[in-house]
Amino acid sequence: MADTSTTAAAAKPVDPRLAVLREFWFYFSENRGAVIGLWVFLFVVAIAVFADLIAPYGAIDQYRDALLKPPFWQEGADPRFLLGTDAVGRDMLSRLIYGSRFSLFVGCIVVSGALVVGVVVGLIAGYAGGRIDTLIMRLMDIILAFPSLLLALALVAVLGPSLVNAMIAIAIVQQPHYVRLTRAAVLSEKTKDYVVAARVAGARPLRLMFVTILPNCLSPLIVQAALSFSTAILDAAALGFLGMGAQPPTPEWGTMLAEAREFILRAWWVVTFPGLAILITVLAINLMGDGLRDALDPKLKRS
Amino acid sequence: MKRYSFAAALLAATMFGGVANAKTLVYCSEGSPEGFDPAPYTAGTTFDASAKPIYSQLVEFDRGTTKVIPGLAESWDVSDDGLEYTFKLRPGVKFHTTDFFTPTRDFNADDVLFTFERQLKKDHPWNEYTAGISWEYFNAMSMPDLIKEMVKVDDMTVKFVLTRPEAPMVANLAMDFASIMSKEYADKLEADGKKDMLNQQPVGTGPFQFVAYQKDAVIRYKAHPDYWDGKQAIDDLVFAITTDASVRQQKLMAGECHVAAYPNPADLDALKAAPGLEVMEQEGLNVGYLAYNTQMAPFDNPKVRKALNMAINKQAILDAVFQGAGQAAKNPIPPTMWSYNDAVEDDPYDPEAAKKMLEEAGVADLSMKVWAMPVQRPYNPNARRMAELIQEDFSKVGVTVEIVSYEWGEYLERSKATDRDGAVLLGWTGDNGDPDNFLAVLLGCDGVGGANRAQWCHKPFDDMIQKAKIVSDQAERTKLYEDAQMVFKEQAPWATIAHSVVFMPMSTKVTGYKMDPLGSHRFDGVDLAE
Amino acid sequence: MQSLREMLRFLLYRIGLLVPTFIGVTIAAFGFIRILPGDPVLLMAGERGVSPERYEQLMHQFGYDRPLWEQYFDFLGGIASGDLGNSLVTKKPIFDEFFTLFPATLELSICAIIFATLLGIPAGVLAATRRGSWLDQTVMGTALVGYSMPIFWWGLLLIILFSGILQWTPVSGRISLLYFFPPVTGFMLIDSLLSGQKGAFTSALSHLILPTIVLGTIPLAVIARQTRSAMLDVLGEDYVRTAHAKGLAPARVIGLHALRNALIPVITTIGLQVGVLLGGAILTETIFSWPGIGKWMLDSIFRRDYPAVQGGLLMIAVVVMIVNLVVDLLYGLINPKIRH
Repeated sequence: MADTSTTAAAAKPVDPRLAVLREFWFYFSENRGAVIGLWVFLFVVAIAVFADLIAPYGAIDQYRDALLKPPFWQEGADPRFLLGTDAVGRDMLSRLIYGSRFSLFVGCIVVSGALVVGVVVGLIAGYAGGRIDTLIMRLMDIILAFPSLLLALALVAVLGPSLVNAMIAIAIVQQPHYVRLTRAAVLSEKTKDYVVAARVAGARPLRLMFVTILPNCLSPLIVQAALSFSTAILDAAALGFLGMGAQPPTPEWGTMLAEAREFILRAWWVVTFPGLAILITVLAINLMGDGLRDALDPKLKRS
Repeated sequence: MKRYSFAAALLAATMFGGVANAKTLVYCSEGSPEGFDPAPYTAGTTFDASAKPIYSQLVEFDRGTTKVIPGLAESWDVSDDGLEYTFKLRPGVKFHTTDFFTPTRDFNADDVLFTFERQLKKDHPWNEYTAGISWEYFNAMSMPDLIKEMVKVDDMTVKFVLTRPEAPMVANLAMDFASIMSKEYADKLEADGKKDMLNQQPVGTGPFQFVAYQKDAVIRYKAHPDYWDGKQAIDDLVFAITTDASVRQQKLMAGECHVAAYPNPADLDALKAAPGLEVMEQEGLNVGYLAYNTQMAPFDNPKVRKALNMAINKQAILDAVFQGAGQAAKNPIPPTMWSYNDAVEDDPYDPEAAKKMLEEAGVADLSMKVWAMPVQRPYNPNARRMAELIQEDFSKVGVTVEIVSYEWGEYLERSKATDRDGAVLLGWTGDNGDPDNFLAVLLGCDGVGGANRAQWCHKPFDDMIQKAKIVSDQAERTKLYEDAQMVFKEQAPWATIAHSVVFMPMSTKVTGYKMDPLGSHRFDGVDLAE
Repeated sequence: MQSLREMLRFLLYRIGLLVPTFIGVTIAAFGFIRILPGDPVLLMAGERGVSPERYEQLMHQFGYDRPLWEQYFDFLGGIASGDLGNSLVTKKPIFDEFFTLFPATLELSICAIIFATLLGIPAGVLAATRRGSWLDQTVMGTALVGYSMPIFWWGLLLIILFSGILQWTPVSGRISLLYFFPPVTGFMLIDSLLSGQKGAFTSALSHLILPTIVLGTIPLAVIARQTRSAMLDVLGEDYVRTAHAKGLAPARVIGLHALRNALIPVITTIGLQVGVLLGGAILTETIFSWPGIGKWMLDSIFRRDYPAVQGGLLMIAVVVMIVNLVVDLLYGLINPKIRH
């Protein structure tokens, strides 16, 4: 990344940042899947933002006269409810629409939390070295010694089942990946000329860490962030499914699945739609993540 | 596909007669037993796998009723002061002969004494035969306070001496913790230094004997050839442990089991319509309720409680929470229990009237908490959903509800506090079919700060149930309990919500199965048609 | 000789690294359960409740009224002597509980990994050699769908379709109840063969199909993607180009030269899936009533079975640590550069 941008800047008299961005978009848009993913993702975001305007009903409004109505194309459907209703007569479509908010919210919060803390801790470990480094890395080893879902489950059991606690647990579980990535990048950058030069010039450690080194380790972190965005959504849904995530009546997709499990034989729609919503959202993000990786990873660009 | 169909065909051939002539009944149970000695446990799942098939009790519940009939005791006498119970034991009862134990003698008074003394006496060598074992049911039924002593009159006679008269005593002895163990087997295990095995390789006098248990997967039994009430019609009994309700239903429909426990109410229509299956049903011996804190204003005013009760749309709850697998409750005891007072009239669902009553009581802008249990129980399959419905109902009469919940253990503990804020959703499943087990435990003055979650101590009511505890005349007891239910309804410490209805889907080949009002699953007396 | 000693040193160094991690894991496993809200005694008592005196008695009996550090050192001492305590629910030793259930999880995990590897590597190779073709796009598209799959939902769908509607596979469990034989290895496939009972093996196999697919889906996707990108890397290397130039048949190039080198990162990937598998086992076992440790852990957490949760967490962490160590060593063995 570092040298591409410098050469680009040297070659043309345009704003180097713009050039980087343009180059990025060039490679990103080459990947058709990534572009589709981006559009789907933007669509989901739009749904989440305008949920109040789009959703025909409230997420927890109960229509007692329409329990477990099938979607519109099936016999016995209630035309008021396009995708049918659940066991207490709530509109599936509205719940799915509002549910998008929770999934995106989980993704954003978890990623930003894990990213910020992970980067800071990783920078410290990489820059400070010595005992602090060892201590931090052993701590990360301990977290990594447990399967992430199991650890998240145990953490939520401690904190009490709720969406916020599920997010905290997932963020903690994802922590080590950011720490390791940042630390590795810092270690490789630390000895490079530009850092040494900055240090000789008298830059303070904090400035060195955040202003000099960090921007040059960004691309693996961005790729990791995209990855963990989708993992966070999946894990939150899994926790919800096991009854340890968002609590009913929150229209979180995983929680909706858990509630719907008893209707698996009788009302396929209450089981199928929330899962499909999770799959589509996660798939879109992963498609984007692939595009990001291809666009940012100079190694793959070459071939 | 072909291969599996072949396996299925083979399975069908063997299970439903033909290839092998052993009759095997497969029951899809809902969970793993905690152990095979019933006395240390309190879970119905454990009793279904231990007390019911493997053991007998001195007295037993007649199948399909809560009537107490002779079991290992042929007859019994109660002294006039109600303090001495003398049991005449049944002669010639054989214990199971298994791979791991061959009995040399028949059942006698030593076995009875062993069974109860290990639970009663702290210094008994079997009081803590495995680390961490304790006798919860025995304690919960206050047996340690109640039993003064147990006397072996002769080899075939045992006498229980009580510290106070207790009308439900005989019914208590029919309960699962009173399952009779073999002292000879215990002695052998002690001599071998393998006491733990009592809880893993059980020996009893019951209709089926233990063969093998594969953790979390399968329990196998075979018919006890010398069962004192005659050998069972089926030869082998298999419990296929299947924790997921939908999966149990799938297995039943696929012919992988003959009987399945606890169907999803949502699946009932499909099960009823399925060829070769039938669904039995019975009201459960339980009640689900909403207990107000009657020591806290404004809920100390019966009129307020009554008004709130009238605001609850029970029918909506039955539809949405029980999916029809429940009936509205008007009394604190279920209709299958003797002394149920059908003359009591339920509070009508009338939000308008309720609103007016609240105004009359001077209550405006009331906001309250409703506690919702975090777990599924027989009397309340989805407390959260129930709380949401109540929340909506109450909002129509101008009462704002906040729903709170805690981890189950904490929920039970916190809800006991007399200064608890809010009304709590809870329920009770009967132990022995005696109304005392509901009315005294849940609503008596002694229970305040404990199992009496309404914190309700009402002198006239308490007098009636205390009296009913000591009189032994059934008619008099019935009258007292019926009157007590009237008082309860007037005072309305609870909103009685529902009694669940228990369903048992099974293959039409199964004959003679009777549903147990106490909620257990018994396979004695059951047969499979060819 | 030299390299052997070096390897030994590397091994010791890696094991040395594990010691502080292991101690940390014991503290984590022990600490977790202590800070859980609620406690086992209250849960055991249920609606019936327990008197305050009885509560004290029971807490004392379980040893939970003693200072935390004392309990912790007991726990450590127990680990040293191979005793993780008894489950509060079944009263059986945790070690016994763990090892009766572990083979079920292991069998399922191994099947899932085999399934994922056998399908994933060829799919990845195929995609790499036909880079950019519709085949590549289909394979990679499918892999990405698999990678994005909420497996708990996937399992439910498969049950509805294959067990419910089509009735091709049994619904749950490890083997048909018709077959009954004592466990020898704990692996149902092996035990069913050893039993000599006709049809037992087929039955065990048919019970494994759906859980294997569900648990293997994500590893399959990861392996396919990893294989493809590793192959692309290798195919771009000089020696492969040289081999091509020398006129070696393409199949030979791919098979002998490229694949062998591409497999190094793939093996690491497979090893790293162990944590994913054990996490996925919780979901898969819950859905299929599979009597393994995933479900056992979940139940134990819900039941506040302190010894079971702390013992289970510890054992699982040890399994993960050992597998990671083996993968590392293997990687070091194949690729000596890493040692320095």
